[in-house]
Amino acid sequence: MAAIPAAEANQSKPVPRRPRLPLKERLTRRGQSSAVLLALVVLLAVMLSPFAIIALNALKSAEDYASNGPLSWPQSLSLDGVIDFWNRVDFTGKLINSIVISLSVAIFSTVLSLLNAFALGIGRIRGALWFLIFFMLANMLPNEAIVYPLYYMAKEVNLYNTQLAVIIIFIVIQSAFGTYFLSSILRAFPKELLDAARVDGCNKLQLLVQVVAPIVRPSLAVFMVFSFIWTWNELYLPLVFLIDNSSQTVPLAVATLYGQHNMDATQVAASALLGVLPCVVFFLLFQRTLTRGITAGSYK
Amino acid sequence: MKSRSSRDGGYAIFMLPGLVAFFVIIAVPFLATIAISFTQWNGVQTPSWVGIQNYTDLLSDPFFTASFINTLVLILAMVIIPTILGLLLAGLLYAFVAPRFGTRTASFFRAGFYLPQVMPVAVAGVVWGWILQPDGALNSLLQGVGLGGLANNWLGDPSLALFTVMGTLVWVQVGFPLVIFFTALQRMDQSITEAAALDGASGWQTFIHVTIQQIRPEVFVVVLMTTIASFKVFAWIWVLTRGGPGTATYVPSYYTYLAFFEKSQVGYGSAIATLMTAVIVVVAAIFMNVQARRDLAEEN
Repeated sequence: MAAIPAAEANQSKPVPRRPRLPLKERLTRRGQSSAVLLALVVLLAVMLSPFAIIALNALKSAEDYASNGPLSWPQSLSLDGVIDFWNRVDFTGKLINSIVISLSVAIFSTVLSLLNAFALGIGRIRGALWFLIFFMLANMLPNEAIVYPLYYMAKEVNLYNTQLAVIIIFIVIQSAFGTYFLSSILRAFPKELLDAARVDGCNKLQLLVQVVAPIVRPSLAVFMVFSFIWTWNELYLPLVFLIDNSSQTVPLAVATLYGQHNMDATQVAASALLGVLPCVVFFLLFQRTLTRGITAGSYK
Repeated sequence: MKSRSSRDGGYAIFMLPGLVAFFVIIAVPFLATIAISFTQWNGVQTPSWVGIQNYTDLLSDPFFTASFINTLVLILAMVIIPTILGLLLAGLLYAFVAPRFGTRTASFFRAGFYLPQVMPVAVAGVVWGWILQPDGALNSLLQGVGLGGLANNWLGDPSLALFTVMGTLVWVQVGFPLVIFFTALQRMDQSITEAAALDGASGWQTFIHVTIQQIRPEVFVVVLMTTIASFKVFAWIWVLTRGGPGTATYVPSYYTYLAFFEKSQVGYGSAIATLMTAVIVVVAAIFMNVQARRDLAEEN
């Protein structure tokens, strides 16, 4: 408990290390506490300043930016950059594309992972350990190691340049982690409940749908949120598979327009702001799930 | 088959969709990539077998060497610095901010530092690219506070670009270890830390020798996951520098992308992708082996 405060004391005082004060006394060193808190606040402000500066400039007029530079407060609120970018890339369409892709992937990758995890974690089928190692390897595999054959296959079956191709691939990629994650949870599923269900004459499908799934619903939700956000944030596969402007996702649209010569600085800022905003919304909505989930996901 | 399924209790059937999907989307393309890596292929004509020539070419390819060395350097920015910073920040939030200013304050900081992690990499890349451009916000800020001499072409100067990219990657990464470690500290056994304090260990000593030892599994997971991530960096480079200037920020995944989709050197790109995968698997295997041994040693 006292690890850090005393460490701070050692660092910030030039005098040789003093004997440790009793806990109570240390806790009352208010001035020092405030200094550390202030340092943290400054650090956090620096961390978040990129977003602030982007928002500031997204709401400026191009003339304002040209004459006053990136650091001035907007002289008047201008949504020109935002509106220009919105119309230019049909941002509504991009939002819909991203939602369609991410939501389908989130739902179906959760279903697929649950089916796998049911066989591995509850059924403990033969070779379960090897399957888990396989899914873990699949999870580590870089996209580069599968992308070209997939690109070739997609062209062969006329799925190239379709969102369906991206959806199918992401369902499987996200399921690699999902299977791993849900299996570890289902392995710990209370045995009494399984036995009770069997006594009641449940078949396997009923067991999955009526007993297991409802009980692990919070974990399913955690995975679904992750699957959604990870898919939303991806660039590589959409970049390879979605050639038409009309099928592109939000991050892909923002990234491909960046650096084009006819984009002025306020428009770039506006595009970044529009790219950031949906994620801030997800973050606020799912903050608890996210912070709980990455821990659950990484530690097991 | 019948005896097999009855031994599996009828659960194996639930794996069927998952296995088919993984076979088609992961296993076959991955094996195909390995096979293609032994050929010369432009993606259209029939591939011609060249044995290990692509791999021997790689060894004398300055672009590949540069990309590999850059990856090793990026590990500093994606693994080592964020892990250390994450440990310090998590320790500060847990042992200092939470007890004195409340858990909510600590959670607020944690969420703030984590925010860059939920952004699409491509969009966060645009944010930074915009800030770091020669007439951008960072240089304006430096000039504004009288440090105009420090202004630089951050991403355009070959001797600086990699360091600039590293700085931004630390910004992206730090939230991940922070959140994992913070949660780990919450499950930590308090009595050991208190005992260390009673024995007269300084806060700093306690932190190094007791706290970090206790959350070692999490440190381990974070280092493994971020190391794998640093071998996969693509979007950040694609948005910020396209590997440039020259080869200053070349990374293997960007190189494979160029080989596949711009230079039509599919065999060569496949060799890079296969090598990337091999490195990732070997690194993961070493990590897990070490961890397993440590666990065993602790149990004995």
